[in-house]
Amino acid sequence: MTPMGGLWSDAGRALRRNRAATISAAILLSLILLVIFGPLFSPWSYDYTDWGEIASPPALSNGHVFGTDQLGRDLFVRTLYGGRISLMVGLAATAVSLLIGIAYGATAGYFGGRLDHVMMRIVDILYALPFMFLVILLMVLFGRNIFLIFVAIGAINWLDMARIVRGQAMSLREREFVVAARTSGTRAGGIIGRHVVPNLLGVVAVYATLTVPQVILVESFLSFLGLGVAEPMTSWGALVNEGAQNMESAPWMLLFPASFLAITLFCLNFLGDGLRDALDPRDRSGR
Amino acid sequence: MLRFTLSRILGAIPTLLILISLSFLLIRVAPGGPFDSEKQLPPEIEANLRAAYNLDEPVVQQLGRYLWNLAQGDFGPSFQYRDFTVTELIAGSFPVSLRLGAMAMLLALSLGVLAGCVAALRQNRLADYSVMTAAMTGISVPNFVMAPLLVLVFAVWLGWLPAGGLGDGSVSHLILPVITLALPQIAYIARLTRASMIDVLRSPFIRTARAQGLTPLTVLIRHAMKPALLPVVSYLGPALAGIITGSVVVEQIFGVPGLGRFFVQGALNRDYTLVMGVVVFYGTLIVVLNLMVDLLYGWLDPRLRR
Amino acid sequence: MHRAVRLLIPVAVVFAASCGAPDETAQPSSAPIGGASGTELAAVQVLHRGNAAEPQTLDPHRAEGVPESNILRDLFEGLIDASPSGELIPGVAERWERSEDGRTYRFTLRADARWSNGDPVTAADFEFSMRRTVDPATLSRYASILFPIVNAEAIVNGDKSPETLGVTAVNERELEIRLNAPTPYLLGLLTHSTTYPVHAPTVTANEGRFARPGQLVSNGAYVLDEWVVQSHIRLRRNPNYWNNDKTTINEVWYYPLENQDAELKRYRAGELQIANNLPYNQLTWMRENIPNELRIAPYFGSYYFGLNLTRPPFAGNRELRAALAMAIDRQIITEKVTGAGEIAAYGWVPPIAGYAGQQPEWAQWSQAERDAEAERLYAQAGYGEEAPLTVELLYNTSENHKRVAAAIASMWKQTLGVNTRLVNKEWKVFLDTRAAKETEVFRAGWIGDYADAYSFAQLKHSTNVQNDSGYKSDRYDALLDAAAAEPNPALRADLMQQAEAQLLEDLPIIPVYFYVSRHLVKPWVTGWENNVMDQHRTRHLAILKH
Repeated sequence: MTPMGGLWSDAGRALRRNRAATISAAILLSLILLVIFGPLFSPWSYDYTDWGEIASPPALSNGHVFGTDQLGRDLFVRTLYGGRISLMVGLAATAVSLLIGIAYGATAGYFGGRLDHVMMRIVDILYALPFMFLVILLMVLFGRNIFLIFVAIGAINWLDMARIVRGQAMSLREREFVVAARTSGTRAGGIIGRHVVPNLLGVVAVYATLTVPQVILVESFLSFLGLGVAEPMTSWGALVNEGAQNMESAPWMLLFPASFLAITLFCLNFLGDGLRDALDPRDRSGR
Repeated sequence: MLRFTLSRILGAIPTLLILISLSFLLIRVAPGGPFDSEKQLPPEIEANLRAAYNLDEPVVQQLGRYLWNLAQGDFGPSFQYRDFTVTELIAGSFPVSLRLGAMAMLLALSLGVLAGCVAALRQNRLADYSVMTAAMTGISVPNFVMAPLLVLVFAVWLGWLPAGGLGDGSVSHLILPVITLALPQIAYIARLTRASMIDVLRSPFIRTARAQGLTPLTVLIRHAMKPALLPVVSYLGPALAGIITGSVVVEQIFGVPGLGRFFVQGALNRDYTLVMGVVVFYGTLIVVLNLMVDLLYGWLDPRLRR
Repeated sequence: MHRAVRLLIPVAVVFAASCGAPDETAQPSSAPIGGASGTELAAVQVLHRGNAAEPQTLDPHRAEGVPESNILRDLFEGLIDASPSGELIPGVAERWERSEDGRTYRFTLRADARWSNGDPVTAADFEFSMRRTVDPATLSRYASILFPIVNAEAIVNGDKSPETLGVTAVNERELEIRLNAPTPYLLGLLTHSTTYPVHAPTVTANEGRFARPGQLVSNGAYVLDEWVVQSHIRLRRNPNYWNNDKTTINEVWYYPLENQDAELKRYRAGELQIANNLPYNQLTWMRENIPNELRIAPYFGSYYFGLNLTRPPFAGNRELRAALAMAIDRQIITEKVTGAGEIAAYGWVPPIAGYAGQQPEWAQWSQAERDAEAERLYAQAGYGEEAPLTVELLYNTSENHKRVAAAIASMWKQTLGVNTRLVNKEWKVFLDTRAAKETEVFRAGWIGDYADAYSFAQLKHSTNVQNDSGYKSDRYDALLDAAAAEPNPALRADLMQQAEAQLLEDLPIIPVYFYVSRHLVKPWVTGWENNVMDQHRTRHLAILKH
């Protein structure tokens, strides 16, 4: 067996000592629950337009507790639906980038030598490609489907992960349990899957927590360019962008979605830093 | 040192070649062409245009032509801004971007390192949490919210600063864009500094220094700072390239004539030559900045010196 | 017989903005400024104007969009010019004669017209310029606007040489233009930048690069002084302009401002005196806080949705098209969604002098009656609660298009139960998809290049490249061809009106509203008059002491 159990329980203890991270985790959990179940308690659907209540401020009397947007749609429901999209998009892109990054990095690091050299050279080339240019091209190509876009964003966002994982894998390669497996004749694929990858999960967890907020921000940038999720569906980025244009005349349109977005990003970042302190004493490359 | 620099520059050439070919093909795969507009062109006029820009040739031939011209320093004419060459456009906007980017980076570096050190010295205590909370505002509020908010407060309501443009180039026009650009960087740098500083402060040589009775501040500045800044330094290269070319939001909202908008507009307008120009420029910038970072690294960390 | 003339339309702005509605704020028409007219002028006559986007070029013959046209009108003057209120007035031509058959015009140029370098503006300059526009080597994207002129189309297509164009300098001050058919809108067309004169010696010497500060020789009230891409374009007064005495403003700055919200803030901060594009979502704020600075006026443009007639569900299904057209509550769209004062549209051609806009019968009904009829037609077309229509609606990236599309989808849903799939595409992809007829319902807008109903009518001719619905009606085509050849203005208008009635019977499009232009103008800028073409030359403006 690999020495995983110890790592995780140590980490758990370290994490609990970090109050900011603990509180962040709790807030995130309640946010996720709210986003999933909240819409059940609202009489409105996310695309119902109430022509009598255009851009009306928050009020308990008409049931629009967060107010309405400029098409008279309920902002409470839209904020929660927007949260679903933003979080799903963040998770999907992160998952894709982790999958590729781990597979790529672990392979390069484990085998080393010329293969490693070539693979890392490719990473270098991709690093020099401007990320924004690629994202815009992908938007243009997959304009129809926000999830495809984020799968694609994940597919170009794996470079950092690959580098980090490679470094870890190189050091694991020489560890006794890996050497033992190798001498007992296990195939390379099996060793990577069974021994190398599981021992990388600490680093991966840290990295993932810090990638999700980055992706959510990328989504909001796309919404600023008008290239985000298609109406009438929405995302926090799209809502915040609309709100920013109305910050004087209808501040509630900015305030609610922006608070949800900012709180989520704050919590994810604090949690990520906490996890890093707890799990990952060596890697400080940060990117 | 000179040999190292030269070999790095030569080594970058194949990287750039692949980068150019890749981008060249990618932009041409995108649906829509440079001559599409609300008013559709009669087929004859469109054919004339395609021939004039050599778009009627096979893509490989176009790529060859592009590389040949590039080797002679010719980025070609812009499709969109028809009175200018791509070289002129980049030459006009790069100084603006560089100036903004460098000022923002300096600001971010000073505030970020300061915040990171304070947080590291007071790890998991109130000072840590409050400093990091403040720093993280920059990555929790999108800049397209921050920028108009700053304009509204400082330009429209208070009237202290200009709302946009470069005006006569005075510093007052730069304050708001620089702050907006620096905010997210402060957060990243603070986090990097904090993490690596915590690490360094735990290491044996710092304990030795403390044991000698030096004050924590002296230990920090004299012994811990240099090693703790290594990850920050390696972050600087890509970050500066990103800030120089990636400040679309800031440029659009403040009306600043920088490079970033050419990325977005070039791609959206299918201005093939302009897109290629900024991609090549960006790629070169990354190579140069990474080289500078490595040189700086060698200076900070003597162990890496050969 | 000639083929239908293909003309028109600009609005090539990337994040295509649109516009809005009727004239609620009729401005007192101030006399053209020329020195003292009772009010004292400010000592500094420098104007700062917002201008939507970076011009693609300042070569008048290669320009096509609105932002460049705004600047070119200050730099150049054509044979015909427009007054502040938009009436056609003599420009470089001081008078002209039309032949009996309406196919030949002879212009006499004013003797005192000068280039900014002092050279006289001659008939040969115009001959050179219009030949240059249609010369394929010039790569003008707007050359087709000159197709009514003899041989223009053949020259653009490379079949004839530019010298064969029906534009001839008879002598230094006389210019003759020969047309394929009576073209009553020719004078309006001669205000367009493709007909502006360019200075032959400097153009020939710097082909392709002459439109630069220090090189551009122009014949209008201003000359190009400085051009910083993405920052500003500065023009300075042209002392050699023949009407220079009547110009008040010495220097004008145009700023390419794509972000309307940022433009409004710069206006409020006092950095702009004229804001060009106003964000819809802040109109309420502007009405409450700066109502006197808001200039909203009817604009010669039509906002509509096209239906793809080449495939189901709309091919051969007039009932369905009519049901969808009727189920849109245009009052809500114009009052609550756009809200600038747009005019609810039931017809195709925006209100314009000399033409009676057509409307279907149901335009007079109440919305409840329309909804009821829509439901009946919807059922007749074979749809209902059990078998709802699912339809794709394509629009391009823009805040306003997004809101209108979402509102219409919601109306169709709430009235008929139609499921609308909203598809937002980036501009170039949108254009491609629409032109390839790969969608079902698409957003569209059209702004006339010259103040004549024909600039709209020709768009739906079956041979027009711009006819994205794939509409083909023999009767419509025949009426339009007849109108194009008709010299009598009243008969011509009648033919076009019959054609529009036919179009509204067939409903290949769903009209939504007619545009308005929306600007903010500081109270101390005088000389601004609303006009349907939304043209505001700087030389008509002045800054009062404030």
